[in-house]
Amino acid sequence: MPNFIDRRLNPKDKSLGNRQRFLKRAREELKRVIKDQVKSDRIIDVDAAHGVPMPTDGASEPTFQPSRGSGERNYVLPGNKEFSAGDRLPKPEAGGGGGGKGKPGTGESDDDFQFILSREEVLDLFFEDLELPDMVKLSLKETVTFKPRRAGFATAGTPTNINVGRTMRNSFGRRLALHRPKEKELTAVTDEIAQLEVEPEPTAKSRQRLKELRVELERIEKKRRRIPYVDPVDIRFNRFEQQPLPNANAVMFCLMDVSASMGEREKDLAKRFFVLLHLFLKRRYERIDIVFIRHTDEAREVDEETFFYSTQSGGTIVSTALEEMIRIVEDRYPSQIWNIYAAQASDGDNIIGDSEHCAALLREKLTKLCQYYAYVEIIDERETEIFGSTDNGTALWRAYRTVDGEKSNFQMTRIAKPADIYPVFRRLFARQPAARTRK
Amino acid sequence: MARRTTSGLLFQGSDWNFATLSRAYDAIEQVALEEMGLSVYPNQLEIITSEQMLDAYSSVGMPLMYQHWSFGKRFAYEEHHYRKGHRGLAYELVINSNPCITYLMEENTMAMQALVTAHAAFGHNHFFKNNYLFRQWTDAGAILSYMDFAKKYVTKCEERHGTAAVEAILDSAHALMDQGVFRYRRPPRLSSEKVRERARERLEYEEQTYSDLWRTLPQVAESRDPAEAERDASERKKVLNLPEENLLYFLEKHSLILEPWQRELLRIVRVIAQYFSPQRQTKVMNEGCATFVHYTIINRLYDQGRIGEGHMLELLQSHSNVVFQPDFNDRRYPGINPYALGFAMMQDIQRIATEPTEEDRDWFPSFAGNGDWMETLRDAWANHRDESFILQYLSPAVMRKFRLFQLSDRSSDRFVEVASIHNERGYSAVRSALANSYDVAANQPDIQVMDVDLLGDRQLRLQHNVKHGILLDEGSRDATMRHIRHLWGYEVSLAGVDAQSGRTVYECSTAKSSE
Repeated sequence: MPNFIDRRLNPKDKSLGNRQRFLKRAREELKRVIKDQVKSDRIIDVDAAHGVPMPTDGASEPTFQPSRGSGERNYVLPGNKEFSAGDRLPKPEAGGGGGGKGKPGTGESDDDFQFILSREEVLDLFFEDLELPDMVKLSLKETVTFKPRRAGFATAGTPTNINVGRTMRNSFGRRLALHRPKEKELTAVTDEIAQLEVEPEPTAKSRQRLKELRVELERIEKKRRRIPYVDPVDIRFNRFEQQPLPNANAVMFCLMDVSASMGEREKDLAKRFFVLLHLFLKRRYERIDIVFIRHTDEAREVDEETFFYSTQSGGTIVSTALEEMIRIVEDRYPSQIWNIYAAQASDGDNIIGDSEHCAALLREKLTKLCQYYAYVEIIDERETEIFGSTDNGTALWRAYRTVDGEKSNFQMTRIAKPADIYPVFRRLFARQPAARTRK
Repeated sequence: MARRTTSGLLFQGSDWNFATLSRAYDAIEQVALEEMGLSVYPNQLEIITSEQMLDAYSSVGMPLMYQHWSFGKRFAYEEHHYRKGHRGLAYELVINSNPCITYLMEENTMAMQALVTAHAAFGHNHFFKNNYLFRQWTDAGAILSYMDFAKKYVTKCEERHGTAAVEAILDSAHALMDQGVFRYRRPPRLSSEKVRERARERLEYEEQTYSDLWRTLPQVAESRDPAEAERDASERKKVLNLPEENLLYFLEKHSLILEPWQRELLRIVRVIAQYFSPQRQTKVMNEGCATFVHYTIINRLYDQGRIGEGHMLELLQSHSNVVFQPDFNDRRYPGINPYALGFAMMQDIQRIATEPTEEDRDWFPSFAGNGDWMETLRDAWANHRDESFILQYLSPAVMRKFRLFQLSDRSSDRFVEVASIHNERGYSAVRSALANSYDVAANQPDIQVMDVDLLGDRQLRLQHNVKHGILLDEGSRDATMRHIRHLWGYEVSLAGVDAQSGRTVYECSTAKSSE
């Protein structure tokens, strides 16, 4: 008799520690890969599990390996069909190598190996250099709130949730099925007993009848006790299901200047800003539409691909984008039904004279329509010292400054590096209660 | 057919429970021990889930293993392939220990559980217990307690010295795992736990009583007479026991910068490498032996009417999957399947022992027709490794069956040449070429410590004996050299010397490559 041991209930994830060590080691490389992937991903896909190729730098395990392109080797292979000794076969040109009997080193020839990172790990890596406080990171990972909703009946529950109608119906059915003596039968018997008992001169027959009735009464009462009026099996409770809280819909407008002055770096920063805004909104709303409006000297609604990648030349008239947005809002997203968020990214260039028009549009219309309007100006890192947060700056910046103090739901900031993005959000969510009561 | 009755069946249906497992085990044990004469360690069978199987995979099949990121990498890799369906998991995993631990997957059907019990708990187990390599180089009774010690020791080091420091040493040690085994000389016997404990206590005592004052004592100035240099060198080599093939052993004993706990870590890696080296040298035999044993036992049980026909079909199908050998030009060709080759050779030995042909009598006069195939096989299992087993037992019949041919590939030519095939003239050439390809020592780069000038520049001089002109891959070579430098503390140089001509083919050094 051997020793059988059932290990199935042993704790799982024995190698979780090893996995974390590995992640830590490959962190830098994974971060870079995630960053690249996020750059090319659609905004709404950022918040998902990602597969990344096996990191090579931090995670290589070198050993002394014979090089494939040197020396003389002998292979023995099975399945000869037509060769005889002395035959010469040309070598395959690239890769493969002769008989193909090279030992693949661990991790080296695994091009298609994808390492799956969970959503949390992706967010951690992606937001690492945004300097988000941990509390925000946690709430980013938070699931939606639930509201209990009636959903049928259950046999277990709290007394407060008893459904009386359903319970009584069950009780009635059971009483019928088990032939519980009715109240009427009981009273008939007791009445007759009472009648017989008061008879002054009971005959032998009536005495006999009385005896029978008493037995009958006892039987009925016993049965009524045995089959109670309401039994625990009858009881039904109202069942509640946790349903995700039906949030109002939100629409997020991404406005961006795509004229030639917006380069790769500027677009990347803008995208991070948009992604972050989307994640924050996603926490709050069930459904979010995203509208992309790009502009040069004219504005157009485009898809995400075009928004980030295709280039367009031309001048810069910012107000066209604002007008386009107003048009779309009136068209498709009435502000009574939709929570409207807008984020505008630009390098601050604008045609002369247009900035004031923009500020006016913002003050008069957009800030009234929107829950929140953020303007991010993406500047060169060297310019941060020159500009600081003073009033001077580009024409657009100066014009928007006038709106900034006036409207509580308008935020503007300058971004030179990823770490600058977060403070914008801190201000946004600090004022959120006020913005919500306004609705 | 008439004698078959369902009452004798060990199990019915495909579900298993511990009662059927144990009934099947007893029947298998009876055949294995009484009819086949196997001798095995006591068995311990453990039921695990697929998740746990993946865990076991990634820690090189040991139930206990210290923590290291590379195991996490391997786990991610295995998991990826498993989830994608590229490859299934093994039905079992067996550990060379006493008692012999076999993991059975819970997903297996009852018939499969019987098959893998026969395969692992008797086939592999017999091989582990009897093969000379395992007897000499591994200590089945001590490995589990050693792994337990290793795991705890690594954890303790991480607590005391930080994870990063421990990882750095383990990374470097892992890079040298292939060069961390003794091949040419007999190993010192694995010391018992007590001895190890005492050695460790002594080290700890030395650490505690270390006084920095001793270092400040003036050294005796030595006159450097050039005439004596030569004698010094040979003296030095004698003291350091050079040349030394086991780089990890050398670094553990003689590294100039390592602290005692770091040496102990090297030792742990080295012990594990040594423990696994017999398995690498006996892949064909080990798997062949296990496959042959399960095939024999299952057939015997079927003949006895203890396994039903439906189950037998299932078992045969899975058996033939295991011993499937695709041709070299098949897309599925991964190399020669050790299960297929080992099983075919062992079946062939059985055939030669019982009904030999003329050819067999010529080739194997020592056992052709001796009738006792089981004894012949037990002898082969006990006294050979893959290389010598193939060299002695690969018969022309098997070569014809596999249609083996030999390709010679010279890197300077634009073609490969078919050197010999499975015909009268080619048999012995094919056989020795195949045997040679299973010689682990011959196929791994042979790198040895040649010299080290402890009083001079302290450079560690390694020599690579270049065989057949096969050089080292330069990228991984330089990376590995950096690991050696990390452990040695000073520059390391490597010279490639052609084994036949004695000519130096290349030279490299960490000093140069870092410039």
